[in-house]
Amino acid sequence: MRAGIIQRLRPIIIKEFRQIRRDPTSLGMLLVLPAAMIILVGYALDFDVKHIPLVIFDQSKTAESRAFLDKFKQTENFDHKFDAGSYREVEDLFMNNKAKAAVVIPTSFASELLAGRDASVQILVDGSDANSAGQAVGYATRMTMDYSTRMVTQAWELRGREPYLPISFRPRIWYNPDLSSSRFLIPGLIGFIVVLTGVISTSLTVVREKERGTMEQIMVSPLRPVDIILGKTIPYLFISLLAASLILVIGYLLFDVEVKGSILLLYAAIFTIVLGALGQGLLISTITDSQQVAFMVSVFSSLLPSFLLSGFVFPVSSMPIVLQVLSNVAVNKFFLIVVRGVMLRGVGFDAVWEQFVYMIIFALVMLAIGTRRMVKRSQ
Amino acid sequence: MRKSLEVILEIMKKEFYQVRRDKKMLVVSIVAPFVQVLLLGYAATTDIKNTTMVVCDQDKTEESRGFIREFSNSGYFIIRYVVNTPPEVDPYVEHARASIALVIPAGFARDLLSRKTTEVQVVLDGADANTANILLTYATQIVASYSQSVVARYATRIAGRSIPRILPEPRVWFNPDLLSSNFMVPGVVALVLMIITMTLTSLGIVKEKEMGTLEQLMVTPIKPHELILGKLIPFSLIGFLDVVIVLALARFWFKVPLLGSVPLLFGLSVLFILTTLGLGLWISTIAKSQQQAMLIAQFFFFMPFIFLSGFAFPIANMPQVIQYVTYLIPLRYFLEILRGIFLKGAGLNELWPQAMALLAMGVVVLTVSVLRFQKKLE
Repeated sequence: MRAGIIQRLRPIIIKEFRQIRRDPTSLGMLLVLPAAMIILVGYALDFDVKHIPLVIFDQSKTAESRAFLDKFKQTENFDHKFDAGSYREVEDLFMNNKAKAAVVIPTSFASELLAGRDASVQILVDGSDANSAGQAVGYATRMTMDYSTRMVTQAWELRGREPYLPISFRPRIWYNPDLSSSRFLIPGLIGFIVVLTGVISTSLTVVREKERGTMEQIMVSPLRPVDIILGKTIPYLFISLLAASLILVIGYLLFDVEVKGSILLLYAAIFTIVLGALGQGLLISTITDSQQVAFMVSVFSSLLPSFLLSGFVFPVSSMPIVLQVLSNVAVNKFFLIVVRGVMLRGVGFDAVWEQFVYMIIFALVMLAIGTRRMVKRSQ
Repeated sequence: MRKSLEVILEIMKKEFYQVRRDKKMLVVSIVAPFVQVLLLGYAATTDIKNTTMVVCDQDKTEESRGFIREFSNSGYFIIRYVVNTPPEVDPYVEHARASIALVIPAGFARDLLSRKTTEVQVVLDGADANTANILLTYATQIVASYSQSVVARYATRIAGRSIPRILPEPRVWFNPDLLSSNFMVPGVVALVLMIITMTLTSLGIVKEKEMGTLEQLMVTPIKPHELILGKLIPFSLIGFLDVVIVLALARFWFKVPLLGSVPLLFGLSVLFILTTLGLGLWISTIAKSQQQAMLIAQFFFFMPFIFLSGFAFPIANMPQVIQYVTYLIPLRYFLEILRGIFLKGAGLNELWPQAMALLAMGVVVLTVSVLRFQKKLE
């Protein structure tokens, strides 16, 4: 019986591989482009907001104000790009997206300080990008206060006392000490790419046969629907595993992203999620009749949820409760917890078994419904 | 000219018949953007909420409690757990029960009073680099402000008169409450529009190629530009319908403030979907099969556009070379346009470079598609 299945499957797998081979451009894209994406993402994206374009409006124009502003010119958090002579100019720069932050020194800055009174500086930030704006405010206030603190301790030094900072602040960051965004994004990217490729490839390869009418030919052959499904999905299972391996190798070589935990566990997770993705693709192929619709449904049911709902970029815990519940639909959410756990924290199966169970249930449900619908059609 | 119009009209009719026959396609292209924007508008948030903190206060003095109060009063952190020794902090961070831990050493108050540096530690889980980064910014800010007031207090005591400080006065323009939805919802709108319009057309011509109906069209007297326009216009109408739906959602459901002009918003949105429809068509002329077309759309367009357009990751933060690349991404300009019109009330005075860029891209892409197509026909 066992030999029977393999014998029946072989020709379909071979046929599917041949079709893939006949189109080397597609195969190349399936393997090379994920790798290219990793390089692009690892190299281009950084969460640490730096180089915020800054405009300076110095109304005081004194030695004191210049000494203070020097701090803003030296830091890499801000790029001093413009000097404004009026609020109107600052506003224009903000409106044209040329500057995102401004430091405004009041006319009385130096005189207040010399008279021993507190001086204030205005920090204006373009709030339309809430995330960057929050960080810009953080950097600017911190720099101002640190400068002020140092001003005082320097005054002490002149009186023969040791200058000091009252609190030295030592952050200890686990698992990703330099907060590298590639270490955070690459595990997510594996899931993103593998799910996308799996869903889209399977749904299209089945619908293609439907569109061309060759599905009927296969259906009248002695092959059982299960054989057809296996034959169609196994090649893509291979390709997905290969693409994932390529991502891991590049992540390790170029971005120092190591797998701390068990590689076997990692591959078990990748294998499970690919199965789920293939099942999802199969299901889509049974409810659509054209490649165009299949492609659209695939993109909307896999690309956007994997990107936005899974915690890949945006933290799930910040979403409204309804959406946190809904986010469970995105199987990538669970995959991400497993992969980040295994790759970055080095956790074992006992820490992520719940996620595994969910992924397996997802894969089984998708495959079961997909197969059932396919079998029904063939009868 | 008249004849050309008639031909285009005929092709449009044929496309409309096809769309009508394929009800699923119509449903997907209208309902999907609605549902996607509705759901993902909520999902795309960079607000850090519910940040739980575990505190280990080994000093237990008035000073250390005052310092901890600075954290709880900041509004960023909720102190949920208190432990006695530093190692006890670890499991909280490890199992994500607390996002951040604060460890105050014994002798904190003594050091402060004798003007020695005291070392405070925070522990964060770096696996979520983005959240960790933001929390670190908040924490550093609180420490800096505390240091400033401590130093000023002692300095005043020593000098016998008040020592001046420089006080920062932050003010946020355009989005004073720093609501991330005001920034992200327009982004999701643009993303969904791009994906729907590009998928609509990217398979349009390849499909005819694959089915062999392109040869039939070739032997008719239809000119390439007529065919392309005839295919483009019905999709533009669907695209425009989507524009209306998703923009209405952003304004009335998500309550993103719309300060600028509505006609300008619609005008530039149409310009954007023309570019993306054109890009879709262009993909369709270079791909050999629908599968290839979809791979090209997915990897050469969707993914890089999502990551590099400034949708979630600020462009100013990217390496210079990549920043030059972003100039080629129409989504980048459309995001600046949407956010400019919605949040800043920007007009054509400010947005003309983005509008010109979109227009130029649209014209180039459409011309190239027509030319490529023409070459294939001959």
